[in-house]
Amino acid sequence: MTTKVSFTLNGEAVSAEVDSRTLLVEMIRENLGKTGTHVGCDTSQCGACVIHLDGRSVKSCTMLAVQAEGADVATIEGVATNGKLHPMQEAFREHHGLQCGYCTPGMIMSSLDLVKQNPDPDEKQIREWLEGNLCRCTGYQNIVRAVKAGAQAMRADD
Amino acid sequence: MYEFNYHRPTSLEDVSEILAANDEAKILAGGMTLLPTMKMRLAQPSDLVDLSAIDGLSDISDTGDAIEIGAMVRHADVAGSDIVQNAIPALAELANSIGDAQVRNRGTLGGSIANSDPASDYPAAVLGLDAVIKTNKREIAADDYFKGLFETALEANELVVSVKFPKPKKAAYAKFPNPASRYAVVGVMVAETDSGLRVAVTGAGACAYRATEIEAALGKSFSTDALAGISMDAADLNDDLHASSEYRAHLIGVMAGRAVSTLGG
Amino acid sequence: MTENGIGAAVRRKEDHRFITGKGQYVDDINRPNQLYAVILRSPLAHGKIKSLETDAAKAAPGVVAVFTGADMAAAGVGGLPCGWGITSSDGSPMAEPGHPPLAVDVVHHVGDQVAVVLAETKAAARDAVELIEVDYDDLPAVASLDAAGAEGAPLVWDDAPGNICFDWEIGDAAATDAAFAKAAQVVSIDIVNNRLIANAMEPRAAIGDYDSGKDEYTLFTTSQNPHVIRMLMGAFVLGIPEHKLRVVSPDVGGGFGSKIFHYAEEAIVTWASKQVDRPVKWTADRSESFISDAHGRDHVSHAELALSEDGEFLGLRVDTRANLGAYLSTFGPAVPTILYATLLAGTYKTPAIHARVRGMFTHTVPVDAYRGAGRPEASYLLERLVDRAAKVTGIDPIELRRRNFIKPDEFPYQTPVALEYDIGDYDAAVDKALELADYDNFAQRREESASRGKLRGVGIATYIEACGIAPSNVAGALGARAGLYEAGTVRVNPTGSVSVFTGSHSHGQGHETTFAQLVTEALGVDFDNVSIVHGDTAKVPFGMGTYGSRSAAVGGVALMNALEKIRTKSRKIAAHLLEASAEDIEFKDGKLTVVGTDRSVAFGDVAMAAYVPHNYPLDTLEPGLEETAFYDPKNFTFPAGCHICEVEIDPDTGVVDVVSFTAADDFGRIINPMIVEGQVHGGVTQGIGQALYEQCVYDDSGQLLSGSMMDYCLPRADNLPNFAVTTNVTPCTHNVLGVKGCGEAGAIGTPPAVINAVVNALSEYKIDDMPMPATPERVWQAIQSATN
Repeated sequence: MTTKVSFTLNGEAVSAEVDSRTLLVEMIRENLGKTGTHVGCDTSQCGACVIHLDGRSVKSCTMLAVQAEGADVATIEGVATNGKLHPMQEAFREHHGLQCGYCTPGMIMSSLDLVKQNPDPDEKQIREWLEGNLCRCTGYQNIVRAVKAGAQAMRADD
Repeated sequence: MYEFNYHRPTSLEDVSEILAANDEAKILAGGMTLLPTMKMRLAQPSDLVDLSAIDGLSDISDTGDAIEIGAMVRHADVAGSDIVQNAIPALAELANSIGDAQVRNRGTLGGSIANSDPASDYPAAVLGLDAVIKTNKREIAADDYFKGLFETALEANELVVSVKFPKPKKAAYAKFPNPASRYAVVGVMVAETDSGLRVAVTGAGACAYRATEIEAALGKSFSTDALAGISMDAADLNDDLHASSEYRAHLIGVMAGRAVSTLGG
Repeated sequence: MTENGIGAAVRRKEDHRFITGKGQYVDDINRPNQLYAVILRSPLAHGKIKSLETDAAKAAPGVVAVFTGADMAAAGVGGLPCGWGITSSDGSPMAEPGHPPLAVDVVHHVGDQVAVVLAETKAAARDAVELIEVDYDDLPAVASLDAAGAEGAPLVWDDAPGNICFDWEIGDAAATDAAFAKAAQVVSIDIVNNRLIANAMEPRAAIGDYDSGKDEYTLFTTSQNPHVIRMLMGAFVLGIPEHKLRVVSPDVGGGFGSKIFHYAEEAIVTWASKQVDRPVKWTADRSESFISDAHGRDHVSHAELALSEDGEFLGLRVDTRANLGAYLSTFGPAVPTILYATLLAGTYKTPAIHARVRGMFTHTVPVDAYRGAGRPEASYLLERLVDRAAKVTGIDPIELRRRNFIKPDEFPYQTPVALEYDIGDYDAAVDKALELADYDNFAQRREESASRGKLRGVGIATYIEACGIAPSNVAGALGARAGLYEAGTVRVNPTGSVSVFTGSHSHGQGHETTFAQLVTEALGVDFDNVSIVHGDTAKVPFGMGTYGSRSAAVGGVALMNALEKIRTKSRKIAAHLLEASAEDIEFKDGKLTVVGTDRSVAFGDVAMAAYVPHNYPLDTLEPGLEETAFYDPKNFTFPAGCHICEVEIDPDTGVVDVVSFTAADDFGRIINPMIVEGQVHGGVTQGIGQALYEQCVYDDSGQLLSGSMMDYCLPRADNLPNFAVTTNVTPCTHNVLGVKGCGEAGAIGTPPAVINAVVNALSEYKIDDMPMPATPERVWQAIQSATN
């Protein structure tokens, strides 16, 4: 059974004809060609697929595409604006918060949701928030530093 | 996953109709358990009935002596609700300990208790706080609701609409998470309610249950010391890669003690 | 220091694409008209395929083809080769069973490949896989070393009696016996090194793309070493000559060893693509990774240390059984032998060492290199044994180590187990670590923890590793079936920008940055005007790839040698332009100057002259400015260091928290300290994972119980403290960069430091052993046993 699914992706209206069993991450990657959102597991553990759905971070591998009908979806590709990196992206680069880069889009999307709810998270809060995002390269230390610095830069920008 | 027909009805009546017409239909709430199960091809529903378009399932309200939480309220919304934080802070904290931030942004109260996963957290709250489960057909007391492994009192075509949590005098939840999945290896809710002292355990058995020995001991003296002499029977407890039944039996006492200690006992 | 040159913490070039979602990993690549492959895998650890019925699958919607092992065998496809041969102590070669990409007749582990479905969509292929009917005879299986070695155990391979692949030894048995005979004390330990799964965040993927017009193949694959895959798959499996086979490893999402090896799926998609004349894409689900990626570690050992009265190490005797899995993975036999037992001297001058290693087959996924590969196993065994010796002798564990260290003036030091260490200063690393860890005030911290009802412990470990593998002739003598050099090409473009083509492969290590720093240092070219190309056999010179902490020490040195050739040629060109002698030209800061004059020419002008050779010594010099160097190291490099861990244990639950971790490492000269520190953080975290969280568990029938991230516990952000990291530099003596390598150190030194800390925390219970991982239940059970 195929269904037409339409939603807003990074501010643009998009739609695709998909199987009802198509996962949201599959539609984003395969149908819409935005491959920055990754798949690292099949049990909702790793967080490589984290996107924003109506402003909240969710795991796009544990949602059907049809469940996103009419929603506002944001992925890593929409984070930088007009060619300018977002402060959180800058912070990941500046603090070496990534190595292989595979978990990075999910980490950034998750961190942005954290900062939205808690503009000045301390280290413990960052570590606890990131429990749904696995990284096998960095040992998290520089990711935590990056999120702290990114949050600070975002506060300064406000 | 296997193919299925997808439905997004806008009323509970329509849900009933679809369920009645399709034996193998399943209800989709947050999907945090159902979708991974389907991805592994361990479930093959013919139809999925998505509840997200039905009005009135996503409210949290204070009814005076209780708070009522709609079946489609996300864990993050329970955790962040002023109403819940004021009336039953232990429930907000429990919700905030489920899964991870993204799971809490999707997972729902109704989905969690309808599934009766032995390792999920909410059943401890429902049972420990002596909640009432409101379905599209009736009201079910918590004590009558959890029946076994992935088994509840819900009948075919019956679905959870909301859960009414009476405000306890005091309550606390302590959890020992599975280090890998973050589900509860053992979670214990200790609550002093209008119907008496209640201690509910999740994670340890086939489904959430009340630890009557602990209730009796705490009834005599609400203190961690009262727990010292109690040893839980490991015989019927879960035993897996992460915790033997013996270890779980021990953890029930430790988690109960932590909850009691939080409550000043 | 040159700005952005060697030693600068330059921010990474590669980051921009990763933080904007523009990385290109294999699964991000789609070829026109591609099909999707899904592989049917064995549900049994050991079974005979009685019948295999594919008609229903072939007829399913969207299915284009279904292939089985019989199809591949009939087409003459060969088995996956093993890249390292080990000779047993009796002179016989190791047992080397065939490893067809798709099983023929018998399956040997859960996850063994049985058939492949090609379909228009992945969902269709998955649906169809379920329609393949296989009738198995369920055969008895052995899933552990103990089961495999038991009397009358079922055999994985008929021609490997006792399930023994090889029975190998190193060192001098007689000298070791003599050392034990005169020992004042002997300390022994039984050690299990737990089986692990690498779990790089990117699951493996492969796309085979056959071009029937040109009769050429392209394989996109998640590999750490595309040339090695081309060589192995082309020559041994599919019979495709190199010039007809291109292997591309684009952005790769972590490897940690697990993406070194040539895997069946690479051969399957490449071969199948020709059969259907369409591109074929396969991407592993994580659940599939658990049962098809090579696993790591899995040793069981008994070790004994002979000591003199005053704690001098006299002899070490080790008996190890290593699980190789059902088939020999690419470097499987090398890991528990050459990469393990040669490191058993550690940082100590134990004069006599003997080790026996039996490699055993089991009905489990093949075992091969995982971060550290053999060296963590050696370090864990040795450092647990030394800690136990400290307890038995009553000598302080740090003092005991210091007493036995090889001292700085004793290098080069020939160990009794084949290696010759070139340089090191182990006391200095210990001093630095103790200071940074505030070791002297541990007692106060222990008291503070006790006041909160927690048990605090401190553990120390030193380690040494052999990296930068290695002289090809030495490796060859030890069984390597390939060379182990590296290659680099430097192409100076006409306007002076530089493209580097390296045989190393970056999958998180940041080569695009560190190698550009080398170019900036050598040629004075602006960092932004350098780009590093890697991971494509059609572009880069034949190279051996990235593993064993070898990129800087071998690939970096190859690049330096190529850069030196560029510098030499540039001087000649400049000499012509400046009408001077090449010997008088100084090349510094991007300028070539006649020594002692102000006459100079910019490097960019030299490059232009090389490509527009109007004023150029054409009679003596070729135009162009491009040089290649192959570098074969003279010796291994020997990074070493000291790690100190503090843990806090909750005696009520057994939960162990790492509350502080300190690493003082000697990696030789450092190119980019930011990147090095990141490597240490990651390695330490994987070490903590091994010590406290990770374990691959099979049941007796060979079913994998820890087959998902729900059950295989990876360390998360909230499990870890911040690490204190420092370095102590003794430059490698035999390469021009003085570098040693830093990728694996964390995973090598950490596990014994953590477990020594756990045992220390439990000392009041007289507990002197704790298996890895030290899970809450294990710790709690140990306390129960000790108190009841």
